[in-house]
This record gives sequence, C-alpha cells and structure tokens, in this order.
Amino acid sequence: MDSSLSLSLATFIYALASIFYIGSFSFKKNTLAKIGFIVLIIGFLFNTGGIILRWIESYQIGYGHAPFANMYESLVFFSWTVAVLYIFVEFKYKESIIGVFASPIVFLAIAYASLSPDISSKITPLIPALKSNWLIAHVIACFLGYAGFAVAFGFSIMYFAKPQNPETKSIFAKLPSWDIIDELTYQMVVFGFLFLTIGIITGAVWANSAWGKYWSWDPKETWSLITWFVYAIFMHLRMMKGWQGRKLALVSIIGFLAVMFTYFGVNFLLSGLHSYG
Amino acid sequence: MKKNKTVSEKIWQFFCSVKLTVTTLVLLALTSMIGTIILQNGSQSEYVRLYGESFYKIIKVFTFDDMYHAWWFLGLIIILCINLVVCSIERLSTTWKIIFPKKIKFNATRFRKQKNLETFTIKKELATLSSSYENFLLKTIGKVIKEETLDSIILYAEKGRWTRIGVYVVHSSILLLLIGALIGMVFGFKASLNLDEGKTSDTAVIAKSRESVNLGFSIKCNKFDVKFYDTGAPEEFKSNLTIIENGKVSFTKDILVNHPLRYKGINIFQSSYGTAAPDSAHVDIVKLSDKSVTHLSIKIGEEINLPNDMGLFKLEGFLPHFDFRGHNLGEAFIGRITPKDGQSFQIGIPVKFPTFDKMRKGNFAFIVKEFEKKYYTGLQITKDPGVWYVYAGFILMIIGCWITFFMSHESYFIEIQKKQGKTLRVCFSATTNRNQQSLKLKIKKYVVKLKGKQ
Ligand code: HEM
Repeated sequence: MDSSLSLSLATFIYALASIFYIGSFSFKKNTLAKIGFIVLIIGFLFNTGGIILRWIESYQIGYGHAPFANMYESLVFFSWTVAVLYIFVEFKYKESIIGVFASPIVFLAIAYASLSPDISSKITPLIPALKSNWLIAHVIACFLGYAGFAVAFGFSIMYFAKPQNPETKSIFAKLPSWDIIDELTYQMVVFGFLFLTIGIITGAVWANSAWGKYWSWDPKETWSLITWFVYAIFMHLRMMKGWQGRKLALVSIIGFLAVMFTYFGVNFLLSGLHSYG
Repeated sequence: MKKNKTVSEKIWQFFCSVKLTVTTLVLLALTSMIGTIILQNGSQSEYVRLYGESFYKIIKVFTFDDMYHAWWFLGLIIILCINLVVCSIERLSTTWKIIFPKKIKFNATRFRKQKNLETFTIKKELATLSSSYENFLLKTIGKVIKEETLDSIILYAEKGRWTRIGVYVVHSSILLLLIGALIGMVFGFKASLNLDEGKTSDTAVIAKSRESVNLGFSIKCNKFDVKFYDTGAPEEFKSNLTIIENGKVSFTKDILVNHPLRYKGINIFQSSYGTAAPDSAHVDIVKLSDKSVTHLSIKIGEEINLPNDMGLFKLEGFLPHFDFRGHNLGEAFIGRITPKDGQSFQIGIPVKFPTFDKMRKGNFAFIVKEFEKKYYTGLQITKDPGVWYVYAGFILMIIGCWITFFMSHESYFIEIQKKQGKTLRVCFSATTNRNQQSLKLKIKKYVVKLKGKQ
C-alpha cells in the first residue's frame, strides 16, 4: 500500500463516518453514532498510515522531510488533528451525537486536499529555510490549535441548531444540555488557544534562527495574531464579562473565520513568506 | 459612596475596566488587517501606481505604509499595557489574600447547596468510615481539615490554590514580551550585506533607513556554495566566512540557512545569494572575413590589441541581467572596441547566446567561451539585545496559559452524618474556580470509590 491509496481510503471512510453520524442524528438512533465512531477511528488509522507512508516515501525519493511541507500535506494533517481531538472528546465525554458537527470537518478537509485542482499532491523538496526542526514543532502546534478551533466551531453551531425550548420534538432536541455544550466549546477554544500560542511562539523562534527576526509582520504572522486576539477576546468576555450562549458562540464563529483566513485566505489572496498552510 | 471623583480617580477607573481591554483588543485585531492589505514600506511611486495619488495622501497621514510602527498603533499597545498593569494592581491584593490566606476556611452551607452534591448511605462505624475517607482525601487531594460534632464529621481538602496566580503569569509575560520588543527597537538593528566571494567588509546597510552601520569587526566571504535539487530549486546554500578583528583573523565558520553565526551580540544569517562579477573571461575572437579564431583570457578592465593590429578591445564589465531591447538575455560581459581609426563603441556579449555578437556584423565577433563563475552571498545582519526578554516572555506565557487553562483551585467536601442504627449518610460535593464540567466527571469517579469503601 502506498500513501496515496491509504489517504484515499481515509477520505472515503471519513465520508462514511459522517454519513453514520448524520444518519444517527436524523433517525435518532444512537447505535448509528456508535458505528460512526468506530468507522471514524478506522478512517483515522488510514489517515495516520498515509502520513507515515508519505514520510517514508519522501526519504525514498531522496528529499527526506516530514510531511508538513505543502498545502496538500497540511490539509491531510489538519484532518488528522481534528479527528484525533474529536475522538478524544467523544472518549472522554461520551456524547456521540456531537460527532455530527465534527466529522464533516474531518472529511471536508481531506476531501478538499485530494479533489481541489489548485492543490498538488506531489511530494516536493524543501527550500532551505524550511529545513529546521522548528518546522515540525511549529506545524504540529499550529494545526492542533486550528483543530481545537475547528471543533469549537462545530460545537458553536449547536447553539443555533438546538431549540431554546426543550419541549420541541425537533431532531436537534436530542443534543446535549446547554452547560455541556458550553463547557465543550470552551474546552476546545482553550485547547486551541494554548496550541495557537505555542505555534506562534515556535514560529517566532524559528524565524529568529532563520532570518534573525522573530517577528516581521508578514501577512500570515499578522493574521495568526489577529486570530489570537479574537480568541483572547472570547476568553475575557467569558471570564470577566460573563458572556455565554449564542453571543459567545458568535465570537467563536468569528474566531474560526479568522483561522480560515489565516490558513487559506492569506495563501490565496495575500503574499508573504509562508508557502503553504 | 463618594460622588465626586477626582480626575486621577477617573483615569484610574478608565484603565481599570475589562471593557477597555476588549475594546482595545478588537481595535488591534481590526487595524492589524490594514497592514496585510496595503503594501508596507514601499516607495512613493509604488503607492501612487497601486492606489492613486489621493489615496496615497491618506496613507501618508495615517502612516499606513508602515502601520505597525505608526503612532496610533503603538498608542493602542500602550493603552493595553496600562490597562493590564492598572487592572492587575487593582485586583492583586484580593487575589493575594485568596492565594495566601492566614488560615484556610470553608463554608459548609455553600457546599451543601452545590448542584453537584451527591448523597448516599452506608452501613458502617462513623470513626472507621471517616478515617478511611480522610485517608482517601489525603492521598488524592491533599491536606485534610476535619470538623467533628457529636453525630457528624466534616472533611475538607483542597488543591491548586496557587494556580490562581496563572493569569498574572500570562499577563506579565505579555509585558515582558513588549519590553523585549521595545529594547530591540531602540538598541537593535536589522541590516543586510552582499559580499562577493573573496571580499571583506565591516559595514552593513540598515534595511529601513539605508544608513550603514559599523559592525566592530570585519567579515570575509571565502567561498559560497549552492546546491540544487533536480527540480532546479535550491537545496542548500552555504557561506564560508572568516571574522577578522583588529586586522587579525579571529575564526572561520560555515553558515547555512537556519544555522547562523552569532558573535558579540551580532547575528549573521545566510539569506540570499547572487552572481557576482568575475575577474576574467575566456573569449574567442572570430575574424568574420576568414573565420580565423583567436582565443584569449582577458581580465576585467584589461585592454588588448585586436588581431592583425585592427584596434583595441577592452573588457569593461559584467552584468548579471543584460537588458537588450527589453529582453533579459541573462549574464553578459560588456566590452569596448576602439577601431584603428574611428570612434570607440560598446558591445554586449551575452554568455548564453554565442551568435549574438555576430549579428552586429563588425569585423570581429566576440564569444565568451567560459568564465569562472563567482557568487556573492546575501547576509542578513541583526542585533537584538531584547530577544532574551522576548524568549523569557514566551516561556512564561506557555507556562501561564497551561496553569490558567488546565489547572484549577478545587475544594472537596465530605459530610458524614449518623442516621438511625448503623446507617451513615454521606454528602459529597466540590467547588472549583474553573472547569466545572470536568469537576463533575471527577465527582462521579470519586463517588464510585467512596461508595466502595464499605
Ligand atoms: C493580549 C493581552 C491581554 C490583555 C491586555 C489582558 C488584560 C486583562 C485584564 C485587564 C483583565 C482583568 C483584570 C485582572 O483580572 O487582572 C484580564 C483578565 C483575565 N485575563 Fe487577560 N489579558 C490579555 C491576555 C490574556 C491571555 C493571553 C490570557 C490567557 C491565558 C488571559 C487570561 C485572562 C483571564 C483568565 C482573566 C480573568 C482573571 C480572573 O479570573 O481573575 N489574558 N485580562
């Protein structure tokens, strides 16, 4: 098996997992969600295998670098981090229904990587500036951060999906109680924030070792700082101003838009030092 | 309640609000976007071309062309700092008393009213159960406070009181970062130096002001090397540098991208490279009338006699990008022909196009056969005495975030009451300053254990 087959299978299995979750939600069958969870884990295994194989293949070609070097690889890794985080959350909180809001993100990221004509899946060599151990630390931290925010975003959607009135017979009434949604969203934001912080810091240390400047207001740097500000605002609103519910969920959604812009918008619309996500 | 506040009190109040924090952060986030859209540090002509004359005036007024150093942007950061300091001073004394209380007290009624209160009954001796619970608390939480009455025992234990300091660690890390950045701005510089192989220099040009700065020592570039991938992209570039101090060789070292040289507070980074002017070239001089070829090695600046005493030829210089009627013909040499009796004129000899000079239809055509390719190394030279403060800030921020997010001050409360006969009623609840949900899960876990201690 080679990496591209393994990753294609992962894409397909993630799609299946999303279908199970959505089915469980629509037909109010918890067993479907349980199956979805197992399918998601299988997809995750193929995702992991694909990344490892790609790493090995890059050494066989002679380029020899960790698979975090272009947009394709970063998206595959993004799927992986969201999956790992979601699996952890479901494991800990035992709320399988919320997979409806997380599994599609996992699927869409990896599907976008393989289907978009703008994104090449070729293994490319590293330019000299990217040859650093800080690259690995930086990318892993940033993507764990993005994953936290992505899952938080999924959960924030619940605030707008779940009816305020608990008596309603809508399918959304099956969602977990408000204080659990609230806590879960907050936990994901906090997780994302810690890793975004570490990501920005490792990036700065790396820039200092490659160019002698830890901060140069490059668009990607600036946008990651903007994202950081938005989530800092989120936390102060929650802790000091007592914001919660839909108002706070809106801030989390704005934060995720900033993440998306940092990730894609900067690459496609602005120019700068970063050659990939 | 005082009605009339003095001006200084009003100012203090203004800087003491979290509303100000949020507002400033929102403004910082919004304005930071401007600099990612409008070109930074460009020249006047670029701005006029991109945005037009009238918009250029607006850009100048608000310093949008260097907005991250604009007075209003720095002003926002200063407001944030004052806000942070004032708020911390205001609250620190209260927090301090919570963190270091004279005596740890707890409010039993508050625990009995907790939503997470769990109640169950057990058949056992009061003293044995209480001592087994005390043991449990001691092992999993910490020091236990015990309050006894005739028919009930209250056990209390807590951990993580100190974690309330986490927020202050985060906030002071931000101040430390900004202090480091300020030191770097005032006492540091960022300059660049393009150094040909074999050349030595002790000055670099500051990127922003274009002023030159003396480094206090000289750098000699002995050799530059670049390796390419089969795709043509550069794989690695490397300069072999010698540091010369007071005329004496200090040491020699290779620098690569990501592996700079640090010496006396000055950092020397490999950042780019290019083709430097060579010393000489091997030139074929073809006499067009009989196709006879003369081969010569000519130094740059050297003047030679053309064959058959037909005049002089001087190799004047080298261009990395030869522009011919708007086309870039790449590397080329520039020569000057002075015919025996006539006006001298200049010719270009592009290396990649050997037939180019033939088209001039002169008496001779010049072809550059080969030349020793020389590079210059592009060095970035920086000095930043503030970087250690910034790094300390980084470390503190990560530690502080960890404490704030993942650790909390948790207090546990167990009340055991005697009921009829040997039945005991146990109430168990807990409070925390953060992470209510994960506390709930912990309580569920602990209850199972407590029930098990029969
Ligand atoms: C970006 C710069 C920041 C500014 C200007 C700022 C400012 C403030 C201010 C003025 C307060 C209220 C006063 C106080 O309790 O001391 C506050 C509270 C708080 N801040 Fe920040 N903050 C910043 C960043 C952060 C970050 C990165 C975190 C993440 C760990 C954070 C976490 C908190 C928390 C948890 C509180 C509540 C304190 C409490 O519960 O007592 N702040 N912040």
